[in-house]
Amino acid sequence: MAVTYRLIQTISVGSGGAASIDFTSIPATYTDLKLVFSIRTNRAGATVDALGLKINNVSTNQSMRILYADGSSVGSQTDTTINTAVVASTATASVFGNGEFYIPNYAGSTNKSVSAESVNENNATLNYMYMVAGLWSQTTAINQLTLYSINSATIQQYSSASLYGIKNS
Amino acid sequence: MPETYEPISTQTLGSAVASVTFSSIPQTYTDLVLIVNHSVTTGNPAIYGRFNSDTGSNYSRTLLLGNGSSALSSRGVSQTFLGLSVGIGSSTTREGIMICNVFNYTNTTTYKTCIVRNDAASLGTEASVTMWSSTSAVTAFEVYVSSSTFTSGSTFTLYGVKAA
Repeated sequence: MAVTYRLIQTISVGSGGAASIDFTSIPATYTDLKLVFSIRTNRAGATVDALGLKINNVSTNQSMRILYADGSSVGSQTDTTINTAVVASTATASVFGNGEFYIPNYAGSTNKSVSAESVNENNATLNYMYMVAGLWSQTTAINQLTLYSINSATIQQYSSASLYGIKNS
Repeated sequence: MPETYEPISTQTLGSAVASVTFSSIPQTYTDLVLIVNHSVTTGNPAIYGRFNSDTGSNYSRTLLLGNGSSALSSRGVSQTFLGLSVGIGSSTTREGIMICNVFNYTNTTTYKTCIVRNDAASLGTEASVTMWSSTSAVTAFEVYVSSSTFTSGSTFTLYGVKAA
């Protein structure tokens, strides 16, 4: 039986932080991609930040619907970029937002769908859970994924992301 | 370190069909993961499942859904199908993603629980927990729509996950 779940790359953010986490030259040899992250940003005055996903270095031609909960209410909305929630500057120290993006058939010739979810548990009143249905309306094969702060904040030291490739045969 | 995530079977549809079945599922894994990248020919149908061809009233589900403007939750009990999605069957080309985790599927003393995620950016996002009230080991898994068909090109892959 073939083995199909492989780590492509892990990126850890060092001292001083980073504007983004970039996976480039993604091989087209898998069927699906899974991007797992643990991230905190320095977005000022906020417990939460929106972590965007650029595909092939662009954030255009994206859409999504999200379902969120913050500990006291739930809601759903749309957006024109694919993003999910991570922890920001005023959240409890040492807490990071954790989640994943799943992209099936990333090397195919149809538009690319994205499933995402993340949690920000910080042992405080306000926390967030996000579930995301995303779509990149481009038929180009995906060869680059970039995580970044929608609010142009810096991704903090000790944040990390791992990209896995999954084969179906 | 042993490899623990392996493909059992993949079906890429060559024509539109209403039902896809994985049969003779090997009993050598701990959990199952079904990954579906799909679209449907018409409408936004619900997506259902069945284990071992069981059509009895042995399935239940709790659902959480967001459609872009509101969130809702619902329950279904004593159902004759495994409720996989209430309406994320999309006609946009392969927009739909389903990720279904089936836990301890070979256990013959417990009922079988699944956690399911469904996403389609033009329709919404869902999470649900479902249960099959049977102590039988899962040997077959059918996924189907009742009022449409899955389009040609839709992909269905069943993976096995070993605990060790």
